[in-house]
Amino acid sequence: MNGSVAGQAAGATGEFAGRQRRQRLLDLGFKSLTQASATLVLACMAGILLSLLVRSWPSLQRFGAGFLWSSQWDPVTEEFGAAAAIFGSIVSTVIAMALAVPLGLAIALFLVELAPRPVSRLVSYAIELLAAIPSIIYGMWGLFVFAPFMGSHIEPALQSWLGFLPLFRGPPIGIGMLSAGVILALMILPFVSAVMRDVFGMVPAVLKEAAYGMGSTTWEVTRKVTVPFAVQGLVGAGFLGLARAIGETMAVTFVIGNSQSISASLFAPANTIPSTLANEFTEATTPLYLSALVELGLVLFLITFLIQLAAQFWLGRLARGRR
Amino acid sequence: MSDTPIPISTTLRSPAAAETAPRSASEAAPASKISVRDLSFFYGEHQALYHNDVEIAPSTVTAIIGPSGCGKSTHIRAYNRIFELYGKDRATGAVLLDGENVLGPDVDVIELRRKVGMIFQKPTVFPQSVFENVAYGLRIHFRLSRAEMAERVEKALRAAALWDEVRDKLSQPGAALSGGQQQRLCMARALAVEPEVLLMDEPTSAIDPVATAKIEDTVQDLKASYTIVIVTHNMQQAARISDYTAFFYGGRVVEFGPTRQIFTKPNQRQTEDYITGRFG
Ligand SMILES: Nc1ncnc2c1ncn2[C@@H]1O[C@H](COP(=O)(O)OP(=O)(O)OP(=O)(O)O)[C@@H](O)[C@H]1O
Ligand SMILES: [Mg+2]
Repeated sequence: MNGSVAGQAAGATGEFAGRQRRQRLLDLGFKSLTQASATLVLACMAGILLSLLVRSWPSLQRFGAGFLWSSQWDPVTEEFGAAAAIFGSIVSTVIAMALAVPLGLAIALFLVELAPRPVSRLVSYAIELLAAIPSIIYGMWGLFVFAPFMGSHIEPALQSWLGFLPLFRGPPIGIGMLSAGVILALMILPFVSAVMRDVFGMVPAVLKEAAYGMGSTTWEVTRKVTVPFAVQGLVGAGFLGLARAIGETMAVTFVIGNSQSISASLFAPANTIPSTLANEFTEATTPLYLSALVELGLVLFLITFLIQLAAQFWLGRLARGRR
Repeated sequence: MSDTPIPISTTLRSPAAAETAPRSASEAAPASKISVRDLSFFYGEHQALYHNDVEIAPSTVTAIIGPSGCGKSTHIRAYNRIFELYGKDRATGAVLLDGENVLGPDVDVIELRRKVGMIFQKPTVFPQSVFENVAYGLRIHFRLSRAEMAERVEKALRAAALWDEVRDKLSQPGAALSGGQQQRLCMARALAVEPEVLLMDEPTSAIDPVATAKIEDTVQDLKASYTIVIVTHNMQQAARISDYTAFFYGGRVVEFGPTRQIFTKPNQRQTEDYITGRFG
């Protein structure tokens, strides 16, 4: 009798130890799996960087740092400089941000603070749908509908009001830097407003109640409490939009005019790094031409990488600020 | 038979007299700063309060006690109409502040909320400096010179017993203060606009005992000039600081009376059970 009880106990501990061992094994397996995945991501990053470096080596050697500030881009004489494409990328992105950030802010505030529930939900759906439209659709719409409209209405109007600025001189043809910037703004607007809406949604309800409880109007609550509380998240949303805009290819390629030139006029055709790549890869017949294009890609890779780093930094601060 | 004229004259009131009677009753009750009359509350379809009646005298502290979910917060959130931020919720009945129904359609909600300040369970410091937190309501409701502003901020911080601790930190972010200091900062912010009523919803449940004692002391000091309604889960606290106590259960006011009586000779069995810790 006694023996059987002891035997049962021993069996139980044996089973327990077995289960423990199995669990430890499982843990180990899981850990290695996740570690492997994480390493894979890093390896991909390193691999891409490495192959970009290797492939752009001829161009790196030939043009050195001058590649960054020469605006020469001549496949015939094989003189390549990235300045025009970098300039185009930056200016079109700045235009996009200047339009999308304030508009996105207004939309997000409307959705969170002002709109009645059903309206807010409906508009939110619409925004998420818009964000899901492939960029090539934006590009085609831009080419066939939007650019002609810019050329016939918006640009002439801008010229008649603000024509004294060099920014708005030149023939208003609808295809150029301004159209590219506006299309980019339209493309990132849904994304930016959706993220900003979520950021505003993170402001604690009780904080807003306290502000209303002091006798504030909605405007006062928004200006003094909601926006200051959310400001870091809003900057993060801006960065994410920026990263999208600077890497966008198809929509821009359709409307920017693809000209490797730096012009003071926003109406003039221009180019960006991604659209240069998309347009010219098939034409790149010589090794140096190809290498120069790859080096453009390297420049874009580094720019987006820096923007992502900055965004992560801000979002990290946001998370820590929230405790 | 000789005394019949008296009962007859009192029972046979003229219609005019009957009409004025209730009004003069409410006017003749300056004893009440706040009169809650038949207040019911609905979260959409769900009814959370049933026919609440409470009379709150000026310059008193009234404690609201009761088990979780019995409607204490819901009840005081009707006093400043803060529930209106959320579309579908509604209140019926009346909450008279100095005889005027705050639930009425013509009430200036902004002025109402200046007169009826609210302190929440967790400190609700705004993302601004200590000074700006206190100046918040002053900037909204008054036009003050710099000197007046500084003076009123200091006065409010003194009233909340916080001045000595923050006088050198006025330009630091409010969020940098300790939890208890933050709660007193919120009290100072509410006091700065010179309200008449202070509603406090479990103001000490998220802070430590020392800070709690400070806030209780502050409440005692403030009683002379404000009418205070405080929701608390802490029986000792209710007994220590309040003059009147309302016991809520299931959305109803089960018993309301002087705190001493509620805690020593409650009339209702439920009140006694709750206070002695038999449920809740
Ligand atoms: N926003 C809301 N929507 C729907 N029902 C709610 C809402 N807030 C509270 N209620 C319900 O109303 C009732 C009363 O809630 P209330 O928050 O007033 O209770 P309380 O007495 O303050 O509780 P506690 O002591 O836990 O704070 C509860 O049944 C609760 O579920
Ligand atoms: Mg509550």
